[in-house]
Amino acid sequence: MEKTLYTITVFTENVVGLLNQITIIFTRRQINIESLTVSQSSLPGISKFTITVETDAAMVGKVVSQIEKRIDVLKAFYHTDEDIIYQEVALYKISADVLLDHREIESIVRKFNARILEVNRTYAVLELTGHTEETQELLECLREFHVLQFVRSGRIAITKSTVERLSDFLAEKEGRRLGNRT
Amino acid sequence: MKGAEALLCSLLEEKVDTIFGYPGGQIISVFDAMYSYQDRIKHILTRHEQGAIHAAEGFARVSGETGVVLVTSGPGATNVITGLADAMLDSTPLVVISGQVPSVLLGSDAFQETDVVGISQPITKWSYQIRKASEIAWAVARAFYIASEGRPGPVVLDITKDAQNEMVDFEYTKCTFIRSYEPYPKPLQESVQKAAELINNAKRPFALVGQGVMLGHAEEELLAFLTKADIPFGNTLLGLSTLPSDFRLNKGMLGMHGNIGPNRKSTECDVLIAIGMRFDDRVTGDLTKYAKQATIIHLEIDQSEIDKNVKVQVPILASVKDSLPAITNLLKPAQHTEWIDSFDAEDVEETEKVINPEIKPASGPITMGEAVYRISEATGHDAVLVTDVGQNQMMAARYFKFSQSRSIITSGGLGTMGFALPAAIGASVGAPERTVCCFAGDGGIQMTIQELGTILQYKIPVKIIILNNHFLGMVRQWQELFFKERYSETQMTNPDFPKIAEAYGIRSRKVEKREELDDAIADMLSDKESFLLEVSVEKAGMVYPMIPAGGSVDQLILGD
Repeated sequence: MEKTLYTITVFTENVVGLLNQITIIFTRRQINIESLTVSQSSLPGISKFTITVETDAAMVGKVVSQIEKRIDVLKAFYHTDEDIIYQEVALYKISADVLLDHREIESIVRKFNARILEVNRTYAVLELTGHTEETQELLECLREFHVLQFVRSGRIAITKSTVERLSDFLAEKEGRRLGNRT
Repeated sequence: MKGAEALLCSLLEEKVDTIFGYPGGQIISVFDAMYSYQDRIKHILTRHEQGAIHAAEGFARVSGETGVVLVTSGPGATNVITGLADAMLDSTPLVVISGQVPSVLLGSDAFQETDVVGISQPITKWSYQIRKASEIAWAVARAFYIASEGRPGPVVLDITKDAQNEMVDFEYTKCTFIRSYEPYPKPLQESVQKAAELINNAKRPFALVGQGVMLGHAEEELLAFLTKADIPFGNTLLGLSTLPSDFRLNKGMLGMHGNIGPNRKSTECDVLIAIGMRFDDRVTGDLTKYAKQATIIHLEIDQSEIDKNVKVQVPILASVKDSLPAITNLLKPAQHTEWIDSFDAEDVEETEKVINPEIKPASGPITMGEAVYRISEATGHDAVLVTDVGQNQMMAARYFKFSQSRSIITSGGLGTMGFALPAAIGASVGAPERTVCCFAGDGGIQMTIQELGTILQYKIPVKIIILNNHFLGMVRQWQELFFKERYSETQMTNPDFPKIAEAYGIRSRKVEKREELDDAIADMLSDKESFLLEVSVEKAGMVYPMIPAGGSVDQLILGD
């Protein structure tokens, strides 16, 4: 089966121990998590996991169903890159001497639209947000100047869909809960 | 009141009257509180925590209620892990409460501390640590809701010692809603119509009945569905006893050691209707050859089971209690006489080649199937069957017959040896009016034989049948068939089982000759108390038919 990079978004109640419950589902299937980010969502009290994995279409469906089966998971979705707007942020640390000695670094920074977050007597820190290929390309460009440290965040993503499926789901649930009471 | 008492009051709110457990240092406060509740809660002290959880499983399976287990921290909790995995795979509702070290000591490797929530997460529906007395009522309510609603399963509540001792005002509200959990999805009308249409146009419809029907209390709905459209069906191991064995449309058991008819017909039917079952590999064999000719309808309550093993054309996500009547309403009454009669040829073949030689042998040692069948007959096919795992399990499943629902208790998914004896104890406690027959091999019985002590203490009238072939028979069978008869570590030198029974005050008999069998069975069944019957069976007995692991369901081995 052909492997594709899928972005899985998982909306959960904000409770302790969910990260473990979610990651072991990938472990059982021997699927390597490429990146993982957890943050608040736009809805109060609801966390959002953004996970990228390379796998095939049938497997991603099974895994997402198994994630959604966990009691404290509200909803889980999976997307290919066409369905989402996504970004990552990368940080690069180089020595201050290198920055001062090599004028071409300035043009690289301009070309990539990177930012200089900090410069002091010993080092400089650059930042770039973008897709993996973009942050990777900058890393390749800077390599000849010796990168002291490099780090890239996990992917974060927002769907292009005009329907907000989680909000609809919660509204329906809220209706059901109120119905339960009467 | 103290948290420990609040815990018991919460259990009473959930109508719990029986607990299986074992005390220890970090749960001692709860046991202390229970001392004042003995008139309302019966505690069964098993001889090992594994015994407690299997007993709770047997109790839950026979009664349909949630089984409750109470154990201490550390080894108490780790000893129930096998039972949790077993209950998870077999969808058995359990609430397991484990003591935990005081919350200030958590994470410090304190005496008898284990990360119970961490260990149990992959094998439970929900696992939660209670650290404050104020959380107890909420957590228990939620635990029972999760364990029993939707697809049932085990839940763990790990309660710290300080939460047990803290004072709290007790107030209980039953849980009826969790926004992140939908136990009963509503069937899509469009899928229901499509399924009905397919069944109405089917020439050779065939149904697979799983435990989901009993779990959903939908036996009558199933009967109405099958009868209206005249659909023959096969049972999964756990689906056995849903409808009576002698029902006209019941064609027996599916899977590796199932009947020839239902297995072969899975590859001949035009519409296959899977009802509350999960296409386990022991049922389907080689998936690339499984039911490829058929359009498959899958009635299933758990989204993650749909398309997990077999890709289906019409999934209906709902409890079968809802989906079956919805479909039945749209069915036209039909008759499939010719198709149903076509199962007869396979029945005849199996009766001649496999069944008769097994249950009615003319000479030679007693066979397992023979012992099982004669016991089933002597009970009027009306007893509760509890089995261990291996040849005894498959023989019991094949030759024990059923007349009422919830009559088979066996470890299907996990295949837990040692399950039978404690599960039979729980089954007897859960259905005291019924005869409980516990079949085990000489291997499995010794894994939890200490539970004879529980039978002794509480006078539990379980009929224990040890089918003794001095071998780990199923592994021996595989070694004979697939490992060139290299019998590596499967032979067993056994103790004198009747003497062990005697030590526990349990009447017993040992049978070696065919002529003695019926009398011993009558003796066992007429006794009001527990009884141990050891039957010496053929050493090299084999369970047939057999679909070799990974083989296709129509490629059965029938034996010599």
